[in-house]
Amino acid sequence: MSFCSIAMIFLDFEQPIADLHAHLEKVRDISRTDGIDLSAAIAELEQKLLLTKQSIYTKLSRWQKVQLSRHPERPYTLYYISQLFSQFTELHGDRLCADDTAIVGGWATLEGRTVMVIGHQKGTDTKSRQYRNFGMANPEGYRKALRLMKLAEKFGKPILCLIDTPGAFPGIEAEERGQAEAIARNLFEMARLRVPVIATVIGEGASGGAIGIGLGDRVLMLENTWYSVISPESCSSILWRTWNEKEQAAEQLQLTATDMLQFGLIDGIVPEPLGGAQYDPALTAQNLRQQLLRYLDELRTLPTETLLAQRLQKYSAMGEFQVV
Amino acid sequence: MNWFKRITKGILTAPNERKDVPAGLWHSCEQCRTITFAKEHRNNLSVCMHCGHYDRMSAPAYFEALFDKDTYKSLFENIKPIDRLQFNDTKSYKKRLLQTQSQTGLDDAMLVAHGTINGKPLVIAAMDFRFIGGSMGSVVGEKIARAIDFCLAQSQPLLIISQSGGARMMESAFSLAQMAKTAAKLAQLADAKIPYISLMTNPTTGGVTASFAMLGDINLAEPKALIGFAGPRVIKETIKKDLPEGFQTSEFLMQHGFLDLIVPRHELKTTVAQLLGYFAN
Repeated sequence: MSFCSIAMIFLDFEQPIADLHAHLEKVRDISRTDGIDLSAAIAELEQKLLLTKQSIYTKLSRWQKVQLSRHPERPYTLYYISQLFSQFTELHGDRLCADDTAIVGGWATLEGRTVMVIGHQKGTDTKSRQYRNFGMANPEGYRKALRLMKLAEKFGKPILCLIDTPGAFPGIEAEERGQAEAIARNLFEMARLRVPVIATVIGEGASGGAIGIGLGDRVLMLENTWYSVISPESCSSILWRTWNEKEQAAEQLQLTATDMLQFGLIDGIVPEPLGGAQYDPALTAQNLRQQLLRYLDELRTLPTETLLAQRLQKYSAMGEFQVV
Repeated sequence: MNWFKRITKGILTAPNERKDVPAGLWHSCEQCRTITFAKEHRNNLSVCMHCGHYDRMSAPAYFEALFDKDTYKSLFENIKPIDRLQFNDTKSYKKRLLQTQSQTGLDDAMLVAHGTINGKPLVIAAMDFRFIGGSMGSVVGEKIARAIDFCLAQSQPLLIISQSGGARMMESAFSLAQMAKTAAKLAQLADAKIPYISLMTNPTTGGVTASFAMLGDINLAEPKALIGFAGPRVIKETIKKDLPEGFQTSEFLMQHGFLDLIVPRHELKTTVAQLLGYFAN
């Protein structure tokens, strides 16, 4: 096993891993600087680290998966774009008001074929997080996304959406310019786009802000992501009237990829390396690529009318109620 | 400065002297506090006769107010909610459903009926705020979907009256999926060139606004209704600034271009019938 030498960021429940990691680094350091052969101790520690990781990461609670989906080292849309496609040209602006930096999109080439890729983008440091508005789009973002989707439709190119947002931005200007209308319009138009649409949750899938670019023929989720009508924190604050019940709220909301697949609300799960995408972003991108290609091949063969009928059928069937 | 101080503290009326008024006989306006006969208030479409304040109106009351007398028939009353997730917050969702059902006599937050309005056929799907804040769960979505299928089969226009705090958290992702479901069904209705009128009443927020409520061929609202995506409290907490006067009211939305008309309740029937005429003639 190899570990990168840069400092890794660990979440609260990863503390045993962090401790072992630090210990291992120290032993390695001693071995290097003092020239002592500690390979047996290192091997033992590595083994212990692996076992600890397995015991923690294979039994993640729903809240822990939410935490992983927000891991500061988790790859974002532009990283996946750089890995998935041989070329990419970003296109800007909604042609109405502005260019929203919380949603990026443009033409890309996947295995020699043109696709339109659109996704929420978060920042990687304080400055870029602000620049990306923490991945919270304004109406301009949703309208840019729709403009690009219509462009793809016009030229018969499939659309790939990557979802990663804590929610659509709740601000005064967002309301003035019609956040609700922008999301509603996207859903309405996406339901009848005459090209294949695949949406993948790569991080956070919070509510209307997520589904605003999320209606597709296939919906996938990365293993450690969530998709829900509300974040566990907000749910806790509304239903329990405290911010402290977020773990409980996450359990109740049943918001993980596994839950969603079991409910039949998504079509597949993209596996991540043990412990999350941040451990091996390139491998995660490769897994995503495989699945996108597989579903694109499936959808490409369908006549447009069948594609549209199946999409309508897919969404019409969503819901749990009884008929008495 | 003695006259500023209360000399005796508290309420002095003994419990046995308290005068109870039979519930439901009188109505006190929440804005101007004027007391009127509840029946007169209802006959005035729940608009205060003194100050013009709009009280929330129930789904059945909208049917009574809009459909021609004795013409309407309820649809899809056999669709009822279930607790698929076995959701439990301070109370189980199952229990919450049963309690709300017995309190309100409603099965869920949406009622559908068809009938005529000034002689013109119309399907109305009306939300009811009394049922868990008019929140949208699977039943609301399914009833809209079935109402649309009915409109498609009968070639009849659709009016949806929104009155909702947004999505129903206790149905989690199923609730979220209703946004996509209702929008997809409305796209189907649009492709068949059947008119859809959306009426937003107080309040229309969250996932309801961000799906079917904003998608009308004609978007109507009642005066002074709260309409928005994010709730005012959430926005205030996010931006840490006070919100401007009249923010997220019908008039605000009208000014920003998201409504065709603000219609007073007393003119609603005439206006809807008139609009239907434009499509039909």
